Amino acid sequence: MSTITLHDALGQALAEEMRRDPRVLMFGEGVATKRTDLLEEFGAPRVRNTPLAEGIIAGTAAGAAATGLRPVADLLFAPFLCFAMDEIVNSAGKLRYMSGGQFEFPLVVMAMTGAGWTVGAQHNHNLEAWFVHAPGLKVVMPSTPADAKGLLKAAIRDDNPVIFLSDIGLLFVPGEVPDGEVVVPLGKADIKRAGTDVTLISYAKTVHHCLEAATALEAQGISAEVVDLRTLKPLDEATLLASVAKTGRAVVVHEAGGPCGVGAEVAAILAEKAFASLKAPVLRLTGPDVPAPSSYVLEQAFVPQAPAIAAAAAKLLNSPALV
Amino acid sequence: MNRTLANPSPADLLARMMLIRAYEEKIVAFHAAGPFPSVCTSVGQEASAVGAVTALRSEDQILTNHRSAGHLLARGADPGRMLAEVMGRQDGYCKGRSGTLHISVKELGVVLTSTIVGGELSLAPGVALSRTMLGGSGIVACFFGDGAACEGIFHESLNLAAVWNLPILYIVENNQWQAFVHRKETMVGDHIAPWAASYGIASRTVDGNDVEAMHRAALEAAAFVRENRKPFLLEAWTYRQRGHMEPNDQSYVDPAELESWKGKDPIDRQVARLLASGALTEAEVEAMRAEARATIEAAAAFAAASPFPDVAEVGEGAYA
Ligand SMILES: Cc1ncc(C[n+]2csc(CCOP(=O)(O)OP(=O)(O)O)c2C)c(N)n1
Ligand SMILES: [Mg+2]
Repeated sequence: MSTITLHDALGQALAEEMRRDPRVLMFGEGVATKRTDLLEEFGAPRVRNTPLAEGIIAGTAAGAAATGLRPVADLLFAPFLCFAMDEIVNSAGKLRYMSGGQFEFPLVVMAMTGAGWTVGAQHNHNLEAWFVHAPGLKVVMPSTPADAKGLLKAAIRDDNPVIFLSDIGLLFVPGEVPDGEVVVPLGKADIKRAGTDVTLISYAKTVHHCLEAATALEAQGISAEVVDLRTLKPLDEATLLASVAKTGRAVVVHEAGGPCGVGAEVAAILAEKAFASLKAPVLRLTGPDVPAPSSYVLEQAFVPQAPAIAAAAAKLLNSPALV
Repeated sequence: MNRTLANPSPADLLARMMLIRAYEEKIVAFHAAGPFPSVCTSVGQEASAVGAVTALRSEDQILTNHRSAGHLLARGADPGRMLAEVMGRQDGYCKGRSGTLHISVKELGVVLTSTIVGGELSLAPGVALSRTMLGGSGIVACFFGDGAACEGIFHESLNLAAVWNLPILYIVENNQWQAFVHRKETMVGDHIAPWAASYGIASRTVDGNDVEAMHRAALEAAAFVRENRKPFLLEAWTYRQRGHMEPNDQSYVDPAELESWKGKDPIDRQVARLLASGALTEAEVEAMRAEARATIEAAAAFAAASPFPDVAEVGEGAYA
């Protein structure tokens, strides 16, 4: 076990996968400049700086993936993905199906997002649900260095295009990562804390806010289970349903805005498949439907915090009819 | 038909153009007969497709756009499987998932028909990167239109291909039209070829309605790309003789322009050349036309007999 940041965990995953498979390569704006360790070990052909052109970076990843390579493209901040939507959504996501299965697109697109650096809405936009809505893509958003490492390794090994989003607020928070091979399968949620009265469902930084809320709830005699989705597509329905079958109550928490977000999807799944177990309505706590603000206080106010989560969960238990 | 022709004779080039024309005319006939999926035909552009594609080798790969029937047929694709795809049948190259607008044929090295205008330009550098990193002498041919050259991704693609020394033969088919808009309304100047110089890429414009000139130019360009492992841009000066898509509508086309270009029809020109040189007789030319039509009739019969895909499978195949 070693204690490293999520940023370094991603670096370990990249190095290990490039060592394992010569078809893996990485490119993006400044990748070769910033990841000098990878450049030194694997050489310039496999660790490349690119022109400042997100569309062609993602398109190149798609073309390379279709013809035998396994590219990882770093597009920096999630809002920049808007320049690469065509290549990610119309090509990487669709062309396996559209070609009748002739071509596959084993690629990873990495980007950062989330509150934490007061960078404002053109660098911080949790748009993960856009990609969940796009067929053919997988979407990953980890909450710990260990998960980040294991999920990135699994994403690189996956034969589908994977959008890998790192929460800026978690990038330099240290955490324990097991020694040796760590691969976390895509599509598997993780119960970060077991409980019996209410399920707090989240991903990325708000998982930690849920854990804090669970501690506060424990003091009130409420036992909260915290489910970390980790992969947003495919969603681990089995883990969600099993947890809610046990607790009968659920609060879905994310930093992204509410409308058509992951929380809406989770709530719909619970309504369709866990209705009989539900003792109260499913609640959503999300960021407001506005661009992410910059000012530190506004940025923090934008993100669902532990006290609000605890209050929502307590309300579900104490007066479900009123929520 | 062979996948690639090592040294196609002038008559071979003509035969492939006739096959494409017969294919497109069959589509037009289907439309005349009743409802049929919309198709962008390449009538009038056969020389560009045949001249360029027959200059490629079997290890080369192709990306193309919505007007791709010529490129596919010139490469040796089975017109029966193409028509089956157009008609949404199981025997289509993409099992009815692509339709006319997105046919890819892995076994022929056709990685993509993109109907996102410019999609072929966005994937081409990656395909060429694979060729570069996985070895081999193959190059990538990327066909696109003058309209696609107005997309931002054209410029991103050329710039990346230039700075990464990617072996891409860019072939822009400047057919004067961009759907319902004439290129005169969208570009200053008539040609795309000069734009390549901005990226340090060599280029040239060729008479895209002269199949032999097109073939020679493509051979030279492909050799340049193959030897130097660098991109090249070849502009085929040609014309879309029918409307943007079937059923045909050319109400917005200047009749004088259309007539003038029909006078430069690539098949008529090659026929005239071969008759004049004595390489072919009138009877042989008619026999070639009849053979092309018969091939397409058989292909149409095959396609019509192919079953529709199993609807139970509609939700499968998006993921590996
Ligand atoms: C991104 C995108 N924008 C618009 C269209 C609609 N469209 C289809 S073909 C076409 C014209 C393309 O012109 P050009 O690239 O010159 O090819 P041509 O049709 O002349 O062969 C347009 C506008 C599209 N398919 N994709
Ligand atoms: Mg055009």
